[in-house]
Amino acid sequence: MKYKLEAKNIDVFYGKLKALNNINIGITENAVTALIGPSGCGKSTFLRLFNRMNDYIDSFKLNGDILIDDKNIYEKDVFVDELRKNVGMVFQKPNPFPKSIFENVAYGLKIQGIKDKEFINTRVKDALKQAALWEEVKDDLNKSALALSGGQQQRVCIARALAVEPSIILMDEPTSALDPIATAKVEKLIHTLKEKYTIIIVTHNMQQAARISDYTAFFYMGDLIEFDKTNTIFTNPKMERTENYITGRFG
Amino acid sequence: MNNGYKNRLKDSIFKYIGVFACFIGLILLAILIGNILYDGFNRIDWSFLTSLPSRKAEKAGILTAWSGSLWIIIFTFIIAVPIGISAGVYLEEYNRKNQLTRILEINISNLAGVPSIIYGLLGLEIFVRYSNLGSSVLAGSFTLALLILPIIIVATREALKAVPASIRVASYGLGATKWQTTLYQVLPAASGGILTGVILAISRALGETAPLIVVGALAYVPFTPTGPMDEFTVLPIQIFNWVSRPQHEFSINAAAAIIILLLITFTMNGIAVYFRNKWQKKINW
Repeated sequence: MKYKLEAKNIDVFYGKLKALNNINIGITENAVTALIGPSGCGKSTFLRLFNRMNDYIDSFKLNGDILIDDKNIYEKDVFVDELRKNVGMVFQKPNPFPKSIFENVAYGLKIQGIKDKEFINTRVKDALKQAALWEEVKDDLNKSALALSGGQQQRVCIARALAVEPSIILMDEPTSALDPIATAKVEKLIHTLKEKYTIIIVTHNMQQAARISDYTAFFYMGDLIEFDKTNTIFTNPKMERTENYITGRFG
Repeated sequence: MNNGYKNRLKDSIFKYIGVFACFIGLILLAILIGNILYDGFNRIDWSFLTSLPSRKAEKAGILTAWSGSLWIIIFTFIIAVPIGISAGVYLEEYNRKNQLTRILEINISNLAGVPSIIYGLLGLEIFVRYSNLGSSVLAGSFTLALLILPIIIVATREALKAVPASIRVASYGLGATKWQTTLYQVLPAASGGILTGVILAISRALGETAPLIVVGALAYVPFTPTGPMDEFTVLPIQIFNWVSRPQHEFSINAAAAIIILLLITFTMNGIAVYFRNKWQKKINW
């Protein structure tokens, strides 16, 4: 079995604190993989390894290999700006730029130096369509993205990530700041996006993981306790800890 | 008397103390401005703005003074703003926190509080004498630029600090470099605050007297500067000069010049407030 992403013998330290302990995992292409676990278990840290977002933390230290398409992304000849064009990210709180909807979605192209207006227009339109937002905003693309509702803002952020055509999308609790209706829309969207993209999503919401993911990894105190098909994790977990967590007995 | 009554009493007493404190400042300022307007308002006419200085009070004007101020402000702006903003951006965005940078930061904050005459002496030594600029517009501008640099740096940093980290992270997440993130996202979002700081700093430079006297801005300059190497005088020095003369007519001139200086300063502060409000309305995180 060939994996899109692989983590091999991963240890992460913040100063003296060990945040992740010997993690090994393989992530399947065009599938949704959910990372679950109680707060502080290291799942967000783990997610951010794949686009090197942890690099900004001064005390951060990594041992082990993170492979994307068999290439170690922490090697010296990998440039983070190139890497992040391939690995998009959606954050916990919707964080659109204080600019128009169009500028938000076109930003990733602009910073690559693309000037072709026709091309940019097409990409922005495609991305908004993929993010299931086009019908709602097509008439006021020049409106400030901050004037949109929380759910729409989050879909702008998803469109923004899609516009640069990554192959992997990382999502860090993308619905935790949204109401149930907006959450349902984003979940539906994730479901359609996996046809084209490999998605890794961190979530606090067990039902969400069960609904949208194909694989689930359960983290606890920096350890990967169990990783399997979502179905198996939720119906027939091998570890007692996993069962206790998903049934709500702790966490 | 129960406790609730006491607490409410203290509350209202403090309110009146606060109102009183506010009014002391406002009333004193109003008296000062009223007094100056009373003395000098009738003296302001076109010829006062366009006349050269003169030994006869009724013929004297402030042409050399305000044109000198204009030259000084333009060059101070050109020198101080790019350096100040760049330094602020470096300290806030690029700088890694360690012992050295902490010392740097504390000292920049301290520099903002150094008496302006010290900057004058520094300017006299470095720019007038050592760099051979003489008592020129350029020497004065460099000196004032040094004076307002810390203000601009601190204002820039505060404005950058107010930009939420989520904006930077979003930009990095799309593959932007630090420079692109700063240029396209962080600086535009902080521009209102930076602009306010810059205008307040320039207003401060406009009113400074002591450092320019030390640098050698002459009180009697019979011509307007035609280039950055010319000698000059500025409004505050002209005012200082007139106030120190015994004849009453000159103090009327001084009052009139003060009105002009206040007008310029208030206008600039007004612009700063306008932009701050405009940007704050637009960006509501």
